[in-house]
Amino acid sequence: MSKDIRIKKGLNINLVGTAEQTTSKAVLSNVYAIQLSDFHGITPKLMVKQGAEVKAGEPLFYNKNMESMLFVSPISGELIEIERGDRRRILTLKILADKTQEAFSGAALDVENASKEELKAVLLKSGCWPFIKQRPYDVVANPDTTPKSIFISGYSSGPLQADLDYVLQGKEKELQAAISALGKLTPGKVHVSVGSSKSPLSSMTGVELHNVSGPHPAGLVGTQINKLDPINKGELVWTVTPQDLIIIGEYLLTGKFNAERVVALAGSSVKAPKYYTTKIGAEISTFLYASGVNEENFRVINGDVLTGSKSKPDGYLGYYNNTVTVIPEGDDYELFGWNKPVFNKISATRALTFSWMQPNKKYDLDTNTNGEHRAFVVTGQYEKVFPMDIFPMQLLKACMVKDLDEMEQLGLYEVAPEDFSLTEFICISKQPHQKIIREGLDLLQKEIG
Amino acid sequence: MSLKSKLHELKLKYQGKKMAPAFNAFHTFLFSPDETTHAGGTHVKSADDLKRTMNTVIMALIPVLIFSMFNAGYQHFSAINGFPADFSLMNDFLTWDNFWIGIIKVLPLVVVSYGVGLIVEFIFAVIKGHEVEEGYLVTGMLVPLIVPIDTPLWMLSVAVVFGVVIGKEVFGGTGMNILNPALTIRAFLFFAYPTWMSGDKVWVYGARERSEEILAGANVDAISGETILGYLAQNKGAEMTYSVSDMFFGFIPGSVGETSAFLILLGGLFLIFTKIASWRIMVSAVIGSLVMGLIFNQVVDFGWIGESSKFYGLMSFDFWKHLIVGGLAFGIVYMATDPVTGSQTNKGKWYYGFFIGFISVMIRVFNPAYPEGVFLAILLMNVFAPTIDHYVVRGNIKRRMNRLKNATIYPKDSDGKAEELKAETV
Repeated sequence: MSKDIRIKKGLNINLVGTAEQTTSKAVLSNVYAIQLSDFHGITPKLMVKQGAEVKAGEPLFYNKNMESMLFVSPISGELIEIERGDRRRILTLKILADKTQEAFSGAALDVENASKEELKAVLLKSGCWPFIKQRPYDVVANPDTTPKSIFISGYSSGPLQADLDYVLQGKEKELQAAISALGKLTPGKVHVSVGSSKSPLSSMTGVELHNVSGPHPAGLVGTQINKLDPINKGELVWTVTPQDLIIIGEYLLTGKFNAERVVALAGSSVKAPKYYTTKIGAEISTFLYASGVNEENFRVINGDVLTGSKSKPDGYLGYYNNTVTVIPEGDDYELFGWNKPVFNKISATRALTFSWMQPNKKYDLDTNTNGEHRAFVVTGQYEKVFPMDIFPMQLLKACMVKDLDEMEQLGLYEVAPEDFSLTEFICISKQPHQKIIREGLDLLQKEIG
Repeated sequence: MSLKSKLHELKLKYQGKKMAPAFNAFHTFLFSPDETTHAGGTHVKSADDLKRTMNTVIMALIPVLIFSMFNAGYQHFSAINGFPADFSLMNDFLTWDNFWIGIIKVLPLVVVSYGVGLIVEFIFAVIKGHEVEEGYLVTGMLVPLIVPIDTPLWMLSVAVVFGVVIGKEVFGGTGMNILNPALTIRAFLFFAYPTWMSGDKVWVYGARERSEEILAGANVDAISGETILGYLAQNKGAEMTYSVSDMFFGFIPGSVGETSAFLILLGGLFLIFTKIASWRIMVSAVIGSLVMGLIFNQVVDFGWIGESSKFYGLMSFDFWKHLIVGGLAFGIVYMATDPVTGSQTNKGKWYYGFFIGFISVMIRVFNPAYPEGVFLAILLMNVFAPTIDHYVVRGNIKRRMNRLKNATIYPKDSDGKAEELKAETV
C-alpha cells in the first residue's frame, strides 16, 4: 500500500532565475572530464594510460577496493590529461573528444529473464553501478550487499533544481527498464516518490508510488526514507536519482552507455536560464555562455545552491548533477549589515528580516555568509526546517566531538550531508553542517564499517 | 579612499596578528564582513547571524531601560515627598527631573556593565585568538536592569569580572557556558554583599543616604524603599499603598528594570514574534508560577497556616500577582529564555520553564533572607537543563532502538561471483 508523504517542517528557498522549460542542445564540448571528487571514498585504479584512445562507455578506472566496479568514459576520445593533487591523488581525468563518436560495444539485457547476478555483473561492467548510492554513509553502493529497499525521489523541491517532471519526459521506457532491474536487486520494495501525477515516474510498474508534498526538504530522498522506512543500524538502503535511471535503462535496452542528460542552467546571474542537453563531464562554458551571464563576479555551482560544489565557467559538469546554478559572489562589506532591516534576503526568523511577509517572493541571494562563524547558541531553529525524527543539533554535536555511540544512537545512519543543507542555510552561528556530517559519516564508516 | 576600503586594508594588515580579534570586533560592528561561503557547504546563507539575534533581544530591552530611568526618579521623589495624589503619567512620571535621576543613577550602571564586561571579553578574545563573541551584548544590558539601583559601581565591576570570567570564559566563551552569565553576576552580588543587596534601603535612590544622615543626627524622616515582596515577607501587606495597576505598569520600587510587567510583556511578545526567544519556556514558566502560587493560596484557604505564620503574607498573596511583582516576569522573558543555558530540546523546554516558574515562587515564599527567588530558580534549572535534555533525547534514542528489533539485514553475497568480474588492470 502506498503511503503519501506530507511535510510541514521545512523552508522553500525561492530564488530568481528558474530555468525556463525549453531545452536547447549545447554545443559539443572539446574536452570532457571525470572529477574524482564526485565519488566519495572511491580510490581509483587507472585502466588506461595517458594518451590512450577510449570509446564512449569504455572503462577508465576501477574501484581499488572493489575491482569489479568500473567507471567508464562518457565520450570517445583521447585521455589527454590526468590531473593529480597531493600524494599523486588523481583529481580529474580529461578526455579530448573525437570528431566521430564511437560507442564501446556492450549487449542489451533482457531484464525480465535476467538473474540478480547477471544484472549486477552487467551494471558493474557497464559503468552504470556508480549511479547507485547507498545509505548509510552516502557512498557508491557495495555490490556484494543487498539493500532492504531502494528509493527514488522524483520530486525536486530544492532551490532552482531541474524540474524532474520536465526533464524525464519521454523517457518512460528507459526508466521502466532501470526500475525493473533495480527491483531484482532487492527483496524489498522500490519506493518511487513523485510531486504530481504529471511525473513520468507515476506510470511505472513494480514500484511503491508515493505522493510527496510540502516545502523543501520534502524532495530529498533522505526525508522520504525517514518517513517511509527509516534505516536502522546494519540496514542498507540504495538510492538512485531518476536522471541516472535513464542512463542505466538505456544501457539495459541498447547495450550502449549514453552519458547524455538534460541539465537546468539556472540562477540570477544567468541571462536566459533554461535547459540544455549535454553530456556528463562536459565543459560548463559550452552552455553557460549560450545563455549569457549578467555580471563579472559570479560563482558557478555544480548542482543547486544548497548542496552543489563550487566550480568555474571552464569547469565540468559533475557525474551526478542535473543542475548548474550561477549566482553573484557576495565578497563585499555591508554597512551595518547586522542590525538594519533586511528586505532582500531570506530568513527563518523575523528579527528585522521581512522574508516572512512575502513567502512567494523570489530572492536574488549572493554567496555572502551574512555573518561570522560562531559556536552553537540559538536552539530550536533547526527543528523547524528538519522534518526527520532526529535531533539535529545533538547529532551535529555528537559528530563534532566524535562520539561514535551517540552518533549511532542519534541516527547518523539515516542521514546524508544533503539532509543538513537546510539547517546549514538557516544556521545563525554559520556552522558548516554538511561538512560536520560528512566527517562524522566517514569516521563511522571507518570505525564500524 | 572610502572608509570601507581603508578598513579593508587595515583588516589585511592586522590579519594573523594578536590584535586582529579586537580590530575585527569593531570592523564587523560597522560593516558585516565580506566573507563568502566555503566549498563543501551551502552556497547561500540566511540573513540572520548572532549579532542580529542579540540585537533583537537588546531592542526588546530598550523600552524597559527607558522606563526604569524614569522610574528611578519617580521612586526617589515619591519616597521623599510622598506619592502624588492623582497620578498623571505626563506630569508625575515622564518628567525631566525623574529622567535626570535615571541618567545619574541608571546610566552609570549600564556604562560600567558594558565597559568592564567588554574589556574582559576583548582580553580573552586576544589571548585565545578567537573573535569577540556577541553574547555579552545582551548580558551587558541585562546586568544593570537586574541589580538594585543603589548598587555601588565598584561592586558591579567586581561582579561583572567574576561573572564573565567564571560564568562564561572558563567554559570557552559564548555558547559553552553552563550558567547564565548575567545571573551569575547577580548571584555573586547577592552572596558577596548580602547586607548591601537586601533590606529596604537599596531599591530607591536616596534611602541609604538619608538613613546615614539620620544616623549622623539629622532631623529628617527616613525614606522607606521597601519592595512589595519585602512588605509581604514581613506580613505588612496592609501597609502597602500600591494598586494592581501600579504593579502591572511598574510604578513600584524594585531592581532597576524588573518593575514594569507591562513593558516586559511587550518585550516578550516581540521576542516571540521575531522567533528569537522560546515561547515554550515563557508559557510553561508562567504556568509553573501560577501553579505554585495557587498551591500556596490553597494552603492559606484550608487554614493550614494562620496569620501569625511568617509565611502568611506571601502565601496569601493572590497567585497571579506573583507575575507582576518582583523579578519573575523579567526573569521569565529575558533570562530563562537564554538558549545556551536553557533546555535545548522543544520538549525539554516545557519542563525547564515550568520548574523555573514553580521554584521561583517557592523560593520567593520560603527564602528567609530575601523575598525573591527568580535568579536562584533559573540558575538551578540551568544546572538541570542538560539532564532534562538527556532524558528527552533518550526518548528519541529508545524509539530508534525499538525499531532496531525489526531491522531487515541481509548477509553479504558470498557466492564469489564478484571475483570473476575482476577488471584487467594496466
